[in-house]
Amino acid sequence: MRTRYIAGRLARALLTVAGVVTLVFLMVRMVPGDPVDAILGEQASEEARAELRERLHLDAPFLVQYARFVGDVLDGSLGTSFRHEREVSSLIGEVALPTLALALSALVVAFGLALPLGILAASRRGSGWDRGASFVAVMGLAIPNIWLGPLLILAFAVQLRWLPLPGDDAMGWRGLVLPAITLGTALAAILTRQTRGATAEALARPFSLAARARGLSERAVLVRHALRNAWLPVMTVGAAQLGALLSGAVVVEKIFERPGLGALFLEAFFARDIPVVQGVVLVVAFTYVTVNLLLDVLYTVADPRVRLS
Amino acid sequence: MRGVSFGVVLVVVFVLMACVGPWVAPQDPFALDLWHQFEPPTDAHWLGTGDNGVDLLSAVLFGARLAGIVAFWVVGICALVGTVLGAWAGFRGGRTDQVIGGLMDLVQSFPGIVLNVAILALVAEPGLIHLIVALAVPGWVLYARLARAEALALRQSDFVMAATALGATDSALLFRHVLPNLIGPIVVQATSGVGGVILAEATLSFLGLGPGTAVSWGALLDQGSGVLLRFPHVALVAGAAIAMTVLGFNLAGDWLRDRLAPES
Repeated sequence: MRTRYIAGRLARALLTVAGVVTLVFLMVRMVPGDPVDAILGEQASEEARAELRERLHLDAPFLVQYARFVGDVLDGSLGTSFRHEREVSSLIGEVALPTLALALSALVVAFGLALPLGILAASRRGSGWDRGASFVAVMGLAIPNIWLGPLLILAFAVQLRWLPLPGDDAMGWRGLVLPAITLGTALAAILTRQTRGATAEALARPFSLAARARGLSERAVLVRHALRNAWLPVMTVGAAQLGALLSGAVVVEKIFERPGLGALFLEAFFARDIPVVQGVVLVVAFTYVTVNLLLDVLYTVADPRVRLS
Repeated sequence: MRGVSFGVVLVVVFVLMACVGPWVAPQDPFALDLWHQFEPPTDAHWLGTGDNGVDLLSAVLFGARLAGIVAFWVVGICALVGTVLGAWAGFRGGRTDQVIGGLMDLVQSFPGIVLNVAILALVAEPGLIHLIVALAVPGWVLYARLARAEALALRQSDFVMAATALGATDSALLFRHVLPNLIGPIVVQATSGVGGVILAEATLSFLGLGPGTAVSWGALLDQGSGVLLRFPHVALVAGAAIAMTVLGFNLAGDWLRDRLAPES
């Protein structure tokens, strides 16, 4: 049963990946008119146009173009950058680590804030904790990260001078604090709401009632029974937000002048370095599909009911 | 309840700003006044001035116009296309559902602004229309998922079965019975969706990808971030405009949900 479920899920993921590759390939070809005119503008030099045509294999027959694109994906090179004359995958490999560090520390901020707050809010409904959780849930979503970043810099780097300004100490942990908060806040808001809801629901279920009837303390009911049932939906929502985290990195890396996948993506955008743009889109989409696949498979371990549905 | 009506007030203020803002703006947001650059708020400039001495109040009013236009078109297109496709998938089921469902999965594997940016990269000088297209291409899925789920439920409902028994055609069922019952949840989703689109527009403009010819809150915030250490009022004004508007539409969406779809 489980093997079959996992095999089916894997097949669906592979199908999605094939669709992703095809869509990224088609994107350039779906531009109305001549893609070279659209991408470079009418004033571009003849050399630049010829190079773009050559790099995107636009002169070859359609199916050959597609085969070359798929070949670049399969051999792992993801094509060659115009600007850097290097394989796109090696460019991405260079900047993946800082972005990974940023995304992971944002996850730590989000879960570190949301889990305690959401659990306290659910177990003490109507208390100050509960109101605090609602406040975080509403404000965390309303304050855009493009504004939160500058506000945090003003408060903690300019006024209080506790943390470095953007550009200083970009790679140390102190330089990671404000970017992680900026990126993690919106996720914290979503997770707080989710944790509170899931925990409150689990506390109201019959098994919690039965545990109380057996004389367990409220704390034991919460820790031993409610939380074991509440964590799964919270994880699901967290995973669904992974994409938002990766695309938020584009913004945060700009605000804090950090190197990374987002910075590479923006640089490629302004240079119209299409292979790099496509490469980053592919890597982000692959990551998203893979993480969702892994989580679905993990669920079958964590919750046997998933296998049957 | 109080916090929620606050959201409606914010939405009304935004809509007014977007509709009449450019006529009541005290100055041309492109007018240069190099003697008064980056001044804090004064009697002449209530919100101060920005780069090249541009009056920030006027820039905020014109920015509301751009945010309003983008949100109107993107939410309109996405809600319409998404609702029809999603309702069709849920209503027909089978192969139709699989194809549309697969398309939705595919679009959603390109998260957030990554796809927006990639689309804009295909145009040498992105303008307003390109911005709207870039936001609409991934945006419809949200409405399609909602409409699909609702249509699946409606398909089993008594009144649709009754209409089927009376010999209603598929298209009559879809347009006369299923779609009208989707309007409530879609309106709720669209209300919060406006906030999301305004945020996305501001983010793209902040990154320097917006239409360079129009005044945008995001571009203003970008400008303010550049001079944050010396003239923080520019970033504060632009960011507050974005945050208040997004907050307003989120709260108004919650408020509508309580009124229109209390069961969800």
